[in-house]
Amino acid sequence: MEEINALFHGFAVVLTPFNLVLMMVGIVLGVIIGVLPGLGGANGVAILLPLTFTMPPTSAIIMLSCIYWGALFGGAITSILFNIPGEPWSVATTFDGYPMAQQGRAGEALTGAFTSSFVGALVAVVMITFLAPLVARFALQFGSAEFFSVYLLTFCSFIGMGKGSPWKTLASMMLGFGLAAVGMDTVTGSLRLTFGWSELMRGFDFLIAVIGLFGIGEILLSMEEGLSFSGKSAKIDTRIVLDTWKKLPKYWLTSLRSCLIGCWMGITPGGATPASFMSYGVAKRMSRDGRKFGTGQLEGVVAPETAAHAAGTSALLPMLALGIPGSPTAAVLLGGLLIWGLQPGPLLFVEQKDFVWGLIASMYLGNLAGLIVVLTCVPLFAAILRIPFSIIAPVIIVICAIGAYTVHNAMLDIWFMLLFGIIGYVFKKLDYPLAPMVLALVLGDRAEENFRRAMLDSQGNLGIFFSNGLVGGITALSLVLLFWPLLSKLIARARGN
Amino acid sequence: MSDQDKRGDSNGVSMKTAEIFVAAVFVIFGLAVAIDSYRLGAQWGTDGPQSGYFPFYIGVMIVAASLVTLVQAVFGKTQGGGLFVEWQALKPVLAVLIPAAFYVLAVQLIGIYIGSAVYIAGFMVWLGNYTWPKAAAISGAVIVSLYLMFEIWFQVPLFKGSYDLLQLIGL
Repeated sequence: MEEINALFHGFAVVLTPFNLVLMMVGIVLGVIIGVLPGLGGANGVAILLPLTFTMPPTSAIIMLSCIYWGALFGGAITSILFNIPGEPWSVATTFDGYPMAQQGRAGEALTGAFTSSFVGALVAVVMITFLAPLVARFALQFGSAEFFSVYLLTFCSFIGMGKGSPWKTLASMMLGFGLAAVGMDTVTGSLRLTFGWSELMRGFDFLIAVIGLFGIGEILLSMEEGLSFSGKSAKIDTRIVLDTWKKLPKYWLTSLRSCLIGCWMGITPGGATPASFMSYGVAKRMSRDGRKFGTGQLEGVVAPETAAHAAGTSALLPMLALGIPGSPTAAVLLGGLLIWGLQPGPLLFVEQKDFVWGLIASMYLGNLAGLIVVLTCVPLFAAILRIPFSIIAPVIIVICAIGAYTVHNAMLDIWFMLLFGIIGYVFKKLDYPLAPMVLALVLGDRAEENFRRAMLDSQGNLGIFFSNGLVGGITALSLVLLFWPLLSKLIARARGN
Repeated sequence: MSDQDKRGDSNGVSMKTAEIFVAAVFVIFGLAVAIDSYRLGAQWGTDGPQSGYFPFYIGVMIVAASLVTLVQAVFGKTQGGGLFVEWQALKPVLAVLIPAAFYVLAVQLIGIYIGSAVYIAGFMVWLGNYTWPKAAAISGAVIVSLYLMFEIWFQVPLFKGSYDLLQLIGL
C-alpha cells in the first residue's frame, strides 16, 4: 500500500542521529514543560519555535512535535502527584489520579496514565497515516472559495457548538481577526489599524499572543489558588508497571470509546481539553463502577488520558492535510510551518513528502520514546516541582520573556506578551474562550486572502460560496452550525408545543 | 442591587463590574477597528475589495456582539452573581504581575541578562525570604547558563537594553 511505503520512507528520514537526538531532547524538554505551570504545550512550542529557525524544517518539526508529546505526557505527572494539572487537558486526570496517589497507588496511576496516553496517541497516528493522504488528495480539488468555506465551518462550529455565550465566542474570535489584520495589507500595501504607530507595522504575532495568553495568563490564574507544591512521592518499578499492565486490558472498551471521542474532538475544533472531560463523563456514565469514579478508579485515569492524547495527536490531521489546526498547539505548529515557508494543506503531501512522512514517522517513535522516558524518570520530573516557588516563578517568566523576544528581536513584543497575559487572565475568568481567538490570529490572514480571491473570481458575487455541491454544502453546514443555538431553542419550543 | 452584589463589592471586584468593563472595552476596540477600516475604504473598489473591507465587518461584528454582552451584563443576571476576584485572591496575582511589569521595564532599560538577574534575585529575596548572597548566587547561575545557551550555543543575541551594561565587562 502506498501509505505504508511512504511511512517507511519517513522512518528512514527520522532515523538519523541528529534527528534522534533532537527527538530525545524534545521529549525531555516537553515533559519538563508539561510539568511546570505556565509553560504549557502551546506556550512551550511557541517559545522554542524561534530557536528552530536555523534547523532544517524536518528536524525542527520533529523536535517541536516531540516537545508536544512530552508535554502531553508531563501534564499527567503533576495531576496525579500534586493535584495540580500541568495542562488544561490534565484536569480530568486529577479526579481519580490524585486520590489514587493519596492511597499510595501513585505508581499504578502513573503507569495507567502513561500507557493510556500511548495507546490513544498510537490509534490517532495510525488514523493519520491512512486518513491524512486521503483527505489531502480530496482537498486538492479545493479552490479559494472551498478553502474559505472550510475556515468558515471551523469558526462557525466554535460559535455554534461551544459551551458558554456565543456572543463572547464571537467577540473573542473577531478580536483575533482584528489583531491579525493589524499591520501591512499584503495585497494593497496600505497600513491597517496601526493608528500611526510604526512599530505596529509588523502586526501582532500569534506566538506572542500564545505565550502571553497561555503562559503568563496561566501563571496569573494559578496564583489565585495559591501554589503549594507539596506532592505525593512516586516510585515506579517494573513490578508496579507489569501489575498495572495486567489490569489495563480489562478497560479495553473504555479505551476504545475514549480513542474515538479523542480522535473526533481532535479533528474538529475541540481539542484535547474538551475530549478529556467528555471521555471522563461518558466513562463514568457507562462504567460498571461509575459511582466509584472520583475515589481512585484506574478507569477514571484511563478514560481522560486516552482521549486527551488521541485528540492532541489527531488535531494534527486537519493541520497537515487542510491547513486548519484542530487545537491551539496545532495552530502554533501551523504557524511554524508558515514561517519555514511550507504551505500546510493538500499540496504538502504532494510537494513535501519527506517532511510530512518524516513527521508522521516521528510521531510513532516519539510516542514510544516518550512512554519509556516518563516510565523511567518520573521521580526526576516530579522533583522539579519541589524547587521553591519563589525561584521557579521568576525563571518561568524570564523564559517566557526571552521566548517572546526571540520571535522578532523586538523589545515591544515583551510588553505585548504582558498585555496578552492580562487579557488571558481576564478572559479565562469571564469565560471568553481563548482557542477561537488564537485560531483567528493564526488563520486570519489566510482566511481573508481566500475570501478576497474568491470574491475576485466571482466579481463580488457572494453566490460563489454556493456555486457547486461541495462548497455549497460546507457553507450551508457552517450557517447551520452558526445559528445552532438559536435553531435548537426553536426546535425545542416547537416540540414543546 | 441584590444582597449578594452588595456583599460582593466589599470582598472583591464583582463579576458584574468586570463583565461591563470588558464588554465596554470590546465595544470601543470594535469601533476603532470599524472607523479605521472605513477610513481606508470599506467598499468594493475597481479591482476587488478595498483594504478596509474585511476589517470593517470584523469591527462591526465586535461592536454588535459586545453590545449584546454589555446589555446582558447590565440588565441580566451574571454567572450566578458573585465575584470576579476576591481582594484576598488578587494579592498573589498582583504579587506576580507588578514585579513582572517592572521586570519588563528593566529589560527595556538594561537588557535581558541583567534585568533577569535582578528580577530573579529580587523575587527570591522579597517573596521567598532568601538572603541576598544566596539569591544572587542562584540568579547568577541561571543568567550565566542562559548566556551560554543563547549567545554562544544558539547564536541568538538577546536584547541588551537601552543602556548596555554588559559592555562594561567586555561582553
